[in-house]
Amino acid sequence: MNRQAQAVVLLLLGGAVVRASVTDLYLRYVKEGLRPFLIAAGLVLVAAAVMTLWYDLRPAPRGDAHGADDGADDGPGTGGHPADDDGHGHGHHGPRVGWLLLLPVLGLLLVAPPALGSYAVGQAGTALAGQQQSDYPPLPPGDPAPVTVLDYASRALFERGASIGDRRVRLTGFIAPGPDGQPILARMVLSCCAADGRPVKLGMTGDVPLGLPPDTWVELTGRYSDRVGRDPVNDAEIPYLAVESWREVPAPRNQYE
Amino acid sequence: MPSTTDSSAPPVGPDGRASATGPAGAGPPDVPEGEAASVGPRRSLGGRIGSVEVLAALLVLLIVFRAPLADALSAPRLQTWTTVFVSVLVQAVPFLVFGVLLSAVIAVFVPRSFWARALPRHPALAVPVASAAGVVLPGCECGSVPIAGSLIRRGVTPAAALAFLLAAPAVNPVVLAATAVAFPGAPEMVLGRAVASLVVAMVMGWLWLRLGRADWIRLPRRPELDGASRGAAFWAAVRHDVVHAGGFLVVGAMAAASINVLVPERWLQTLADSPVLSVLALAVLAVLLSICSEADAFVAASLSQFSLTSRLVFLVVGPMVDLKLISMQAGVFGRRFAVRFAPATFVVAVGVAGLAGAVLL
Repeated sequence: MNRQAQAVVLLLLGGAVVRASVTDLYLRYVKEGLRPFLIAAGLVLVAAAVMTLWYDLRPAPRGDAHGADDGADDGPGTGGHPADDDGHGHGHHGPRVGWLLLLPVLGLLLVAPPALGSYAVGQAGTALAGQQQSDYPPLPPGDPAPVTVLDYASRALFERGASIGDRRVRLTGFIAPGPDGQPILARMVLSCCAADGRPVKLGMTGDVPLGLPPDTWVELTGRYSDRVGRDPVNDAEIPYLAVESWREVPAPRNQYE
Repeated sequence: MPSTTDSSAPPVGPDGRASATGPAGAGPPDVPEGEAASVGPRRSLGGRIGSVEVLAALLVLLIVFRAPLADALSAPRLQTWTTVFVSVLVQAVPFLVFGVLLSAVIAVFVPRSFWARALPRHPALAVPVASAAGVVLPGCECGSVPIAGSLIRRGVTPAAALAFLLAAPAVNPVVLAATAVAFPGAPEMVLGRAVASLVVAMVMGWLWLRLGRADWIRLPRRPELDGASRGAAFWAAVRHDVVHAGGFLVVGAMAAASINVLVPERWLQTLADSPVLSVLALAVLAVLLSICSEADAFVAASLSQFSLTSRLVFLVVGPMVDLKLISMQAGVFGRRFAVRFAPATFVVAVGVAGLAGAVLL
């Protein structure tokens, strides 16, 4: 991989990162707070690419003729094989492992995988395990009160719905297959990036939205239910919501909580 | 250990320079290519097809086959893999770029004499000072690998640079604050993490002084850095480090995404009951998952079926040994280094963290 190819890869990577962070694409992968750092990092990558090309392509003052021989000596242009990257077999031309940087570019620009959904929910145990907390502020005003799945689930689980009382709540999540075959409502919680995403799971009683395919986003209105289920994955408790009505909604801008 | 620093620096300088200026304008340089791989059939094309052309062809192919590619990746498991892979990289890019910029500044603008003055002359004393200096670097482990490489290149004794490499991702204020937030009821986790991580970093530094061999570390050559202007050298260092460390980061991210998708959490449940097995299970999990050190506390908090001690081990091992770090260390310091350093760090980290957990928790 010669310097010009490296510059192009850097340009693509920087461009892909900037593009993902000026659109809402980055919200599928990381927390919203990372955005300024992503833009800055993307711009640095673009700058590195531009400066590399500038130093490489301008007439060299002191017989700096790498361009020609670099172009010739990067034979193994077979990107994407971790096996051939010993990191030091690259003589004086660039590291071949750098070709792998095309994979995230490809991922961001061409594939753009969706946010974690029902498959990830089935893989991991509910996130509400053991983070006991007891002093919850009152629910936000309104009838029904808008709450997050995480907020409702922790109020329902850790103080048995005391701060919810008899009020109606409205929450948004997606459908996932539950442990007993019944659908559950889920929402992924991120602390940093999708690699540490964990699901919050919520069982439903009453007017359960049946027959919807997994990953369908729904908005539920309902009241506290004292029913509690078990997550077979990590043996943690899953709270329930007594659903009074539901409707399908488009996926929210930020699918994580 | 002056011999260490001396012998690690020259290969970068004269050797690299020789290979940069030697074949300039001459015929195709057979030596590096021959040693690199078996590329016999390609060599005849070498003069015509360079990596820019390969790259262009690759990109055109990708765009042409975009739809079938997207279809192929739509199975839920593969899709989750892709999401996790992309997100690990997106998350790491700012830290990688920050670390690379800092390491380029160290490489180009900070004179060698600065490190001689900043660190105690005796290597055994430089180790704890360098570990404690990790407190000021707010970042995660992706950034600290190129920085440590840069420090060694600038004459810092490897033992001190390695202690810094291990300590910085674990003891900086951002990570400790995240740990405090993730474990609201257990401030001793924060203390345990800071103390255990510092101790492991220092033990590894001193261990390197006693057992380490300078020729295990092979830093990649940097021909461009000699004789170039400071601006050119700075951007060359940035480009090289991003492409190099970034490439290995991709390898690590692929491994972490595979583990994330292939290992169901259910398996862990059966291990949580035994005190010894749970420590080992979470230590191995920390290596496999390769979670950024700023996020691992939240994951540890959610692994509530495990004991606090085993979760402390998870938090101490993770920022020091994990798949993406091993991959990046192999890239920046050489394979011979990584195969010795990573297992040794793993054993020391599990031991120290287990002990700290037994005492503090």
